[in-house]
Amino acid sequence: MAFEYAPAPESRSVVEIASSYGLFIDGEFREASDGKVFKSVSPSSEEVLSEVAQASAEDVDAAVKAARKAFEKWSTLPGSERAKYLFRIARIIQERSRELAVLETLDNGKPIRETRDADLPLVAAHFFYYAGWADKLSYAGFGPNPRPLGVAGQVIPWNFPLLMLAWKIAPALAAGNTVVLKPAETTPLSALFFADICRQAGLPKGVVNILTGDGSTGAALVAHEGIDKVAFTGSTAVGKQIARTVAGTDKKLTLELGGKGANIVFDDAPIDQAVEGIVNGIFFNQGQVCCAGSRLLVQESIQDELLDALKRRMSTLRVGDPLDKNTDIGAINSAEQLARITALADSGEAEGAERWAPACELPSHGYWFAPTLFTGVTQAHRIAREEIFGPVLSVLTFRTPAEAVAKANNSQYGLSAGIWTEKGSRMLAVADKLRAGVVWANTFNKFDPTSPFGGYKESGFGREGGRHGLEAYLAPSSPEGERK
Amino acid sequence: MSTVDRLSVLKTYKLFVGGKFPRSESGRVYEVTDSKGNWLANAPLSSRKDARDAVVAARKAFGAWSGATAYNRGQILYRVAEMLEGRRDQFTAEVADAEGLSKAKAAAQVDAAIDRWVWYAGWTDKVAQIVGGANPVAGPFFNVSSPEPTGVVAVLAPQESSFLGLVSVIAPVIATGNTAVVIASERAPLPALSLGEVLATSDLPGGVVNLLSGRTAELAVPLAAHQDVNAVDLAGADAELARELEIGAADNLKRVFRPRSVDFSAEPGTDRLTAFLETKTVWHPTGSLGAGGSSY
Repeated sequence: MAFEYAPAPESRSVVEIASSYGLFIDGEFREASDGKVFKSVSPSSEEVLSEVAQASAEDVDAAVKAARKAFEKWSTLPGSERAKYLFRIARIIQERSRELAVLETLDNGKPIRETRDADLPLVAAHFFYYAGWADKLSYAGFGPNPRPLGVAGQVIPWNFPLLMLAWKIAPALAAGNTVVLKPAETTPLSALFFADICRQAGLPKGVVNILTGDGSTGAALVAHEGIDKVAFTGSTAVGKQIARTVAGTDKKLTLELGGKGANIVFDDAPIDQAVEGIVNGIFFNQGQVCCAGSRLLVQESIQDELLDALKRRMSTLRVGDPLDKNTDIGAINSAEQLARITALADSGEAEGAERWAPACELPSHGYWFAPTLFTGVTQAHRIAREEIFGPVLSVLTFRTPAEAVAKANNSQYGLSAGIWTEKGSRMLAVADKLRAGVVWANTFNKFDPTSPFGGYKESGFGREGGRHGLEAYLAPSSPEGERK
Repeated sequence: MSTVDRLSVLKTYKLFVGGKFPRSESGRVYEVTDSKGNWLANAPLSSRKDARDAVVAARKAFGAWSGATAYNRGQILYRVAEMLEGRRDQFTAEVADAEGLSKAKAAAQVDAAIDRWVWYAGWTDKVAQIVGGANPVAGPFFNVSSPEPTGVVAVLAPQESSFLGLVSVIAPVIATGNTAVVIASERAPLPALSLGEVLATSDLPGGVVNLLSGRTAELAVPLAAHQDVNAVDLAGADAELARELEIGAADNLKRVFRPRSVDFSAEPGTDRLTAFLETKTVWHPTGSLGAGGSSY
């Protein structure tokens, strides 16, 4: 039976959203050069939250110039002073975390439980961690005289708007770079609030510039001649386009792209824990996670037991108002994304997989998709190969560890994987063979600022987080590092 | 109303042990003067028993402090910097009195001490990443080395640099999860005793840092010989005392950080940070999936 819960909404009054926002260039908000704007909508209600500026190529140029100018001083500040700016930012984020959590939930559609307990603590921790590196770069193992690259152009996705901002900006600034960052078109607001945090922290103008806009703004940014570094998180298709754009230049590139993570459950796994991990792996953030465990590989002998338990657990997931503190699954971020999930799920049925979803009442407004499971999936099915980026789990089976590894690696992607077994040597043997950048054993979707994150194969290259994450923002340590 | 010079309220300086502010159990105090010989305060003249009590407090605090996440420890060290910044003027006055410095020079010492807490706040969750790591052993084994705190560290604070030197020897010890019994500068203990008030309001668990004032040799000898002390930083010992303490420390093979001349205004490096760490290496078989494996 399902428990009835009284509504427990988090108050919206903690956040004040202005009716319009400009671009944050050189420490000030300004309108787009051609006056263009677009609306940001709350995906759970389709309510217009605010109107933001659509940055033009001219605005991109202004932001890059501001960042270039700010770079002269910022890069020569003692690391210990840069560190203190970043510590300030970390502390202000901690202070304002409830406000930012509510804002993020409104703009993105994800549950308040996640923004409050996952996104925001990780955002603050990320700044705190990289703050500490700013005056310790020579200890990081990238040569005796680590130098920044210059101006970084950064383009981030809508699934973890503020967290992806933190992953981009914190290491860039710690290493002495200045940045021009473009948040996703559907989730621009938390980045604009971050601009206000930079003001409160007294960050020198031009060190952080925020340009809102659509894909054309991002394309203009990565193509701009004045940037030295491109960091992108988003789809593999756009990542490849960016790689083509920077071809022939000296721009350093890091890409964090799609995934089709395999979550492998062996017959000796603790079933209840594994079920929690599977649910967390695919339904966290409505499955709109690049490292989601979207392919469940279950050992044949425990398939029935595991799937029964998983379906029972899925039936208790609460889908609805993201601001409700009891909500497990919030809204899909946009109508466009909902259409993509719907189409791919339909292809699963059309190609012969068996679809199951718990009885689940979806709100009448907004963008929603019930947690969904496909069994009888083969490796050739689109739902086993393509990134759905939604709450849809494809179940495949295996008999031997070697078969599990072969199936897990049978993907263009290589971002994440999960292993569930009580046997340590088996876990390590499998982890050793997986072509994936992050392998979680008897857990899933764990993140920490000290731990590097990033993919193999077409999931991109470069790492974010940890000591490794600094490398993306440091110049080559060897003197012959310049392009011929 | 007639104007009468207001008589200031003097502070009774006390020890800082187990998160509390006791007087010396011995009931003794000694006179502390500024560099010109003017009376500043009476500081507790700690006894051997006070030193033993401090070790008990430090040992009791070790489990939770060493078990706290490195992130949490970093947050707390940073909080110390925040609290100190708010008391900058107080410490500037105390350091100026203690070391006979101009106000500007004393302020520079205090600023450097605040920044030093920030420096070590950043190290808590990074030291394992520069001194630990995976070892590529020639066999099917997962092999990883990680640093762990050694335990209770007795710290003889520098005699001359009463505050910047003091902070420079305490912070690296506790950053990695050790707990400390600190003997303040014998001649200038007041900034150290005031630091206790800052630590007490910085979310630092009681017992992580314990501050004693008194005769360095009187306290250091029993601490160096104490069987529940794991290491000793001899920064505040002269050559003769250092040798005696090293002999005492050998009894249970304490880790010893020998005295050396240090410019505390310079970036500290990692020597003091790594001096009080043990390296633990864990082996685990990786098993085999049989021949072949994946060719993808």
